[in-house]
Amino acid sequence: MTLFKTMLSKLGRKTIDSLWTLGVASTFIFRVIARSSIVIRRPNLLVAEMHFAGVLSLVIIIVSGLFVGLVLGLQGYETLKRYGSTGAVGTLVALSLVRELGPVVSALLFASRAGSAITAEIGIMKTTEQLSAMEMMAVDPHARVIAPMFWGGVLSMPLLAAIFSAMGIIGGYLITVVVIGVDSGAFWSQMQASVDFHHDILNGVIKSVVFGTAVSAISVYEGYASVPTAEGVSKAVTRTVVTSALAVLALDFVLTAFMFTGAH
Amino acid sequence: MERSVIDLWVGIFVALGIAALLFLALKAGNVDSIIKSEGYLVSAEFDNIGGLKAKAPVKSAGVIVGRVDNVSFSNQSLRAVVKLNLDKQFQFPKDSSASILTSGLLGDQFVGIDPGGALENLQDGDRVRITQSAIVLEKVIGQFLYGKMSEKNGD
Amino acid sequence: MIKTTDLIQISSLNFSYGESEIFQNLDVGFSAGKVTAIMGGSGSGKTTILKLIGGQVRPQKGRVICDSKVVNHMRHNELFAHRKTIGMLFQFGALFTDLNVFDNVAFPLREQTALPDAAIKDLVLLKLHAVGLRGASKLMPAELSGGMARRVALARAIALDPSLMLYDEPFTGLDPISTAITGNLIRTLNDTLGITSVFVTHDIKASFKVADEVVLLSRGCVTARGKPEDLMESTDPLVQQFVNGEVDGPVPFHVRSRSYREDLALVQSENLK
Repeated sequence: MTLFKTMLSKLGRKTIDSLWTLGVASTFIFRVIARSSIVIRRPNLLVAEMHFAGVLSLVIIIVSGLFVGLVLGLQGYETLKRYGSTGAVGTLVALSLVRELGPVVSALLFASRAGSAITAEIGIMKTTEQLSAMEMMAVDPHARVIAPMFWGGVLSMPLLAAIFSAMGIIGGYLITVVVIGVDSGAFWSQMQASVDFHHDILNGVIKSVVFGTAVSAISVYEGYASVPTAEGVSKAVTRTVVTSALAVLALDFVLTAFMFTGAH
Repeated sequence: MERSVIDLWVGIFVALGIAALLFLALKAGNVDSIIKSEGYLVSAEFDNIGGLKAKAPVKSAGVIVGRVDNVSFSNQSLRAVVKLNLDKQFQFPKDSSASILTSGLLGDQFVGIDPGGALENLQDGDRVRITQSAIVLEKVIGQFLYGKMSEKNGD
Repeated sequence: MIKTTDLIQISSLNFSYGESEIFQNLDVGFSAGKVTAIMGGSGSGKTTILKLIGGQVRPQKGRVICDSKVVNHMRHNELFAHRKTIGMLFQFGALFTDLNVFDNVAFPLREQTALPDAAIKDLVLLKLHAVGLRGASKLMPAELSGGMARRVALARAIALDPSLMLYDEPFTGLDPISTAITGNLIRTLNDTLGITSVFVTHDIKASFKVADEVVLLSRGCVTARGKPEDLMESTDPLVQQFVNGEVDGPVPFHVRSRSYREDLALVQSENLK
């Protein structure tokens, strides 16, 4: 009985801690956004962070997008073959990517590569007292360091998702049309007939913006709130990746339900 | 890395992203759906619209000529009122008819317009007089079963 | 122990980190224009005082007054204006690792002033020359030794010509030569720039050589305040233990525990028989 009680109280404690953390994190993010005017006044800070988060993620996004497209095309072809509708493989690949896989998978990859790098960078700056030093020089680290990293992530994410989807479609095209021999005309025309710009592509872009905001916010907060030791930073990086993944998947469900079910 | 090299790479990155978006929009998506061309609204009343939804296509001779703007119920005539947004470049005579058809056997429903022979064309705000409601599967099955039953009883 | 000639006055201060109480009713001051050393055992709150002066932490009760202004009541803008008059040297330098030495020292100038590049260049080289590292301006922080990194950080801290310099353990971990250089720099800067300097340290020899005044903290309050020679001759056992580096005394060697007899295994098993 006492074991059960202990477990319950631990659960209660964890829930309260999580809610408290959510509150602290939200306040932090609001403060960062409030001090974000620096990004407009000094765009080279934003550019440097877009390089850090976006450009350095390009390789993994392009390669992964290509492979996902190849697999989608291959699996899709094998399944559609049974129903004699191999001409629809273009639609299958395009819709899967644009609506779901593009935004979600690229967000997960972004969290692993760029998100963890952002958390580590901020965490190390905290550990080596660089953030304190900046404060003592009357420069606000929220504006000078954190805001550009946050917006760099938010702006990079939709671009990366689009590149992922585009590479995926190219991958699907390569495997089905070039290798297997599905008709190229059928591939593109069926795709164009079923992919709607507003319903599918735009919604996919909205998803990637939402995911980008979530992942960037989590990365930046975990770095700032990390315990200033080597172990603390390492734990913060792990938390960034795990929390980002859960957040992206949960948000994906909510957004999908909102955008793609019969309600609209 | 020097400033200028970073700028260059970010520029390339952003250009790639925009190119990807354009690729998706143009090559993969439906180009027509991007450009909202000018349209005019006509209304049509149906006894039953089946599963017709807003944004469903309006086709004539199999070609998309517009979209369903919205669907509502009229308290006066107690029938469904469907507003059709037709592309301005397509004109139909005033006595054209509108029917609710199904793409394929069990696909989505759309509105088909059969042109009439009048000299004047439908204008913005006009009503399509001749309409044919959707075929509701349950009713067809019911009719079929009823018919079969009558046959048996009749013997 | 506050004097009227004090630039910084801390009065009736209570401060705790979560559950551990660091200061209770602390009264201490630091003379204007002088070099003061804050000394004490680990955990006595030395670095906390620097943070209180800089406004990085707020006390639960009491006031921190610097140059007639109450630091812990300052709003955001006031606090940042206050910090522009302070230069702080962190324990390991806290240089920005992605910028080279020149850019590190130029950072406060670029952020806080609108000076043209040529003026900034001259100022940076001036500061680097003052700490003897003008030739290292192109190096990255990772390529510097500990002592050199701290000197660059010092150049950066004086970039805006502050009126108050704070040093967090400036001698810790340095070889004798670097220690002497650092001590010399603290003294020289204080005298030539006419500023007030406060530093936190354990190093008796180095600090007594440099400081005008020493403040000794123990168990959250001021044990002694006076000139180094006065502390050397003090009869207070706490001061004596610290200054002479005695193993046991008012600060005990043994951490609180049960009696030795109670803890030992052999004795316990005997008692059980």
